[in-house]
Amino acid sequence: MTPPRTLFAKIWERHRITDLPGGMTLMAIDRIFLHERTGAVALRGLQAAGRGVADPARAFCVMDHIVDTRPGRGDQTLMPGGQAFITDTRAAAQSTGITLFDVTDPDQGIVHVISPELGIVLPGATLIAPDSHTCTQGALGAFAWGIGSSEAEHALATGTLRVSQPRTMRVSFSGRLGAGVTPKDMAIALIARHGAAGGTGCAVEFAGDAVASLDMEGRMTLCNMAAEFGAMSALIAPDVTTIEYLKGRRYAPPGLLWGRAVKHWRSLVSDPGATFEIEIAMDAGAIEPMVSWGTSPEHSVGIGESIPASAGERALTYMGVHKGRALRGLPINAAFIGSCTNSRLSDLRRAAALLVGRRIAPGITALCVPGSTAVKRAAEAEGLDKVFTAAGFEWRESGCSMCFFAGGERFPAGARVISSTNRNFEGRQGPGIRTHIASPETVAASAIAGAIADPREFVR
Amino acid sequence: MRPLTTVTAVAVPLLRDNIDTDAIIPSREMRTTGRSGLADGLFAGWRYQGGEGRQPNPEFVLNQPRFAGAQILLAGQNFGCGSSREHAVWALAEFGFRAVLAQSFAPIFYRNCIRNGMLPAVLGGAALAQIAATVEANPVSEQISIEVASGTISLPDGRQWHFELEAAAKTMLMEGLDEIDLTLKLRSAIEAFATRDRVERPWIYLEDL
Ligand code: SF4
Repeated sequence: MTPPRTLFAKIWERHRITDLPGGMTLMAIDRIFLHERTGAVALRGLQAAGRGVADPARAFCVMDHIVDTRPGRGDQTLMPGGQAFITDTRAAAQSTGITLFDVTDPDQGIVHVISPELGIVLPGATLIAPDSHTCTQGALGAFAWGIGSSEAEHALATGTLRVSQPRTMRVSFSGRLGAGVTPKDMAIALIARHGAAGGTGCAVEFAGDAVASLDMEGRMTLCNMAAEFGAMSALIAPDVTTIEYLKGRRYAPPGLLWGRAVKHWRSLVSDPGATFEIEIAMDAGAIEPMVSWGTSPEHSVGIGESIPASAGERALTYMGVHKGRALRGLPINAAFIGSCTNSRLSDLRRAAALLVGRRIAPGITALCVPGSTAVKRAAEAEGLDKVFTAAGFEWRESGCSMCFFAGGERFPAGARVISSTNRNFEGRQGPGIRTHIASPETVAASAIAGAIADPREFVR
Repeated sequence: MRPLTTVTAVAVPLLRDNIDTDAIIPSREMRTTGRSGLADGLFAGWRYQGGEGRQPNPEFVLNQPRFAGAQILLAGQNFGCGSSREHAVWALAEFGFRAVLAQSFAPIFYRNCIRNGMLPAVLGGAALAQIAATVEANPVSEQISIEVASGTISLPDGRQWHFELEAAAKTMLMEGLDEIDLTLKLRSAIEAFATRDRVERPWIYLEDL
């Protein structure tokens, strides 16, 4: 009998081409995804070296990071020099023959939102993108991880990557989430407890009843923030939910191949008795809605708590808060719902459910940016756009938007923002901007209250 | 790539934890789709007054004349966390850095270093504190020497520390190798894999569907 193996080990062994001297392994890469922020550099580097893309049918590119999200957008952006990222990427994508989801493409959207939507990422596949949140896509049971531009160049040219085998970790969430508590809160609670470097260098498998009961979009939110945990990648074993989700998607296996693929995917679970280098147990039932107070995602507490006595001066000064201050009731200037963490249809629905028939507090700037053009269409078909705009939110075209600051569009200097994004680093949303990360529900509730608020008080 | 075997140079202490790649090179400073023109934006948020413009912030260590010409950076834990942007390494390299000594590194940043001729050396907190204290007092006379082959870091007074580096990474750095060339030499193994895999997982090969 073969010894029990982890889900990760099964994917790893399947893709191992050869072991390289010095401890690395040459791995086959099934899917490559680029975006205009970091992808153009890789494509141009490849072309400058006189190399082509080994397998253009398995390489994809999208305009999501720099592209404008204001209605009626074209190639122009508010970022100085931003247009060149778009036009350079388009030219490089076209001349290398990879699939491009351009600015006005009906399938355009944030890379980690559209890849699952289109069935580009598949269970058991290896997928890389020069973007740290590529781990989001591990929610489908793929080994997906973020790389640098030179590695992207390597993968494009050779269809392979040189990889050091990561350590394995399993995070098991038992129990059930309480009402108003979301996968975003699970992720933040994990990082708050075990630190922003708690999963460094690990392939983290999320498991347990509380994970198995999540829908695909919730699983993506959880895996997304593995990047903030320092992990190389995140994985959730594919199950019925995964398979149902993928059925009929554009790039999912067609015809007779579907049944064969599903058979293979069903074998992708960690065998009973398989061992992980690190095991962490979390009780989902004990998790509260979480909100960050500082400048690292680990600087987070439950919504009812105060800023801890152990808080560092630097973070406190940047955030303009003090030890012992309760988070609840802290006045905000702006609210942002979007990003590859929380901009899918279910996120927008849950935020809209709180907003319906209500208005955001006077003086608050609020933005909702759907994660993909398809999400935007679906939300509009349900009338969610009307709920957001009636509440006082701006309703945008899809993209990364103000998840990060590229030099153009920004919140007012010094603004305190409640945000459904994944990073609260200094300057992440613009110089001096103070970001508090939380779930879309908490963002919506806080926008209504004009101050950080507990979403459970707004549920009807 | 420029080989890296030894460096003897001024070191700059920046012993903070969790220095992320947005801090190393803010997104707004990545102005083109090329790999150059980034040194000016290195640590822009800290280096310039108000975090924007180009008025140097005299408080920031890199702006202090005594650290001019530094090629070695000393940092705390989890250096290079956050966004995967390789521009962080390109910016450090263009500024003149050849090595970062830190308590730990974010994995993507670490790999980006090796690919770009930058040494990421992991040292203990106590060692870093001692080196930083020595350098802080007198950066120009207390230059740090690094030897990649033996994994040694030494100070002029003879104190030495050791760092570990994977053999493959060491070779890459010391010989300035291009990984793509190395991998393309393995073409027959790659093709053999694909032939087998096409039969076992045909749905992966979109060009065949
Ligand atoms: S939404 Fe934000 S975190 Fe996600 S890919 Fe875009 S910039 Fe990165």
